[in-house]
Amino acid sequence: MARDLFSRWQILIGNLTNARIIWAMISLARLLVVALAAGACAAAGAESARLTPDELASAARSDAITVPSPGELFAALVKPGKTNWSSQYRGPIPVTYRNRGQIALNLGGLIADGFVAVEARDSQQVKNIGADIIKLAKALGVSERLLSRGNSISEFAEHNEWDTLQEELEATQNEVKSSMQSHADQDLVILVTLGGWIRGTQVVTAAILKNYDERSAMVLRQPALVHFMRSKINEISPELRSEPLIRDVSEQLTGIEKLVSFPPGKAPSAEEVRQLNQAVGKIMDEIQNKEQPR
Amino acid sequence: MKRCARVMLVFCLLATGLSLRAQSDAEVQARKEALDVAGAFSNEGFKIRDGHWCGALKLRDHALVAVNLYSGNQYWFSAGATGPVKKIAVSVYDETGKAVTTENYSNGEKAAAGFSPASSGQYYVAVDLVEGKPGTFCLVYSYK
Repeated sequence: MARDLFSRWQILIGNLTNARIIWAMISLARLLVVALAAGACAAAGAESARLTPDELASAARSDAITVPSPGELFAALVKPGKTNWSSQYRGPIPVTYRNRGQIALNLGGLIADGFVAVEARDSQQVKNIGADIIKLAKALGVSERLLSRGNSISEFAEHNEWDTLQEELEATQNEVKSSMQSHADQDLVILVTLGGWIRGTQVVTAAILKNYDERSAMVLRQPALVHFMRSKINEISPELRSEPLIRDVSEQLTGIEKLVSFPPGKAPSAEEVRQLNQAVGKIMDEIQNKEQPR
Repeated sequence: MKRCARVMLVFCLLATGLSLRAQSDAEVQARKEALDVAGAFSNEGFKIRDGHWCGALKLRDHALVAVNLYSGNQYWFSAGATGPVKKIAVSVYDETGKAVTTENYSNGEKAAAGFSPASSGQYYVAVDLVEGKPGTFCLVYSYK
């Protein structure tokens, strides 16, 4: 009898223990569910701080805001050390080209030269370049309003108003482009941008090579920018695209895109900077040469 | 019947023209608001780019533009909005789409985000409608 009671009591205890274990397991499962839900929420929060590949692909891209001005590039270079800007001047270029594509590319290059002269605080050089910009712009038949821009550039240079001059140069570039658009010459707009970028990159790579340091060299990483300009050139009319100079520049841009594509946060070596300088220098020679490539 | 259709067509064209005109005015106003914000950073030596990007702000939709920035520079992206928009926000993402830490300014229909990129390359700037109804916005940026 006593043994019977004892075994029943043992069963009861055993059941209670089992019940406790089951209860503990349920509690643990609940905790896990709560933890998983919290984790999922945190992941969702992190996800909302990240753009999807579709969103990135559909982002707007425009010449006016996606492409930085030469002044912006030069500003980034100024900080690591003092740059001898006047050593980056080039000799006068012809302003009597006949080919409209070539004029547009040279116009962009001259505007970049204007930014170099502003960085060098050289009022006479700014005035000379300003006059050349107006001559080339007139050859393209862009708006008469540009003439007053030319006068403003001379006036600001005369009074050493460097910040205003930089703004005026950028405004001149934009006015040239908007005038081209209103004259149904939108194909030339990207060529002005491209000419400015090539000349700006030539100046910056040469300046970096004179006194190489990694921080300065990091400004050269611009794969998406070159890709954007290449895609814009592919959109211009087949006639303009098939012109020898434009075709040549476009082909060389593919190689240049590789030269400016290094991992984020990594600086190109001095040798890589030299290669880029040679590549853009070669294009610049072709752009300013009166004899066009065949 | 033909005359009626012609009148309707003229009416539609006029209405479209008027709405385009109104949109353009809204963009001009939004740009003015954006330049107001950017002007404050000019006092700290920031130069305003002579370029802007305007568009429509919608609910639960990023207005997104790609920009190419240089390490070594500091940037401020300033936006202004008009219409029934009550509050907007500006945020910046890197080339992989990951949000970058920015210094933020927000004052109703004006907002700005500032940062110094550690790496040169492509970034994305988003303008979001936080409160209110869809309207028009404009974005400008400054650097130093």
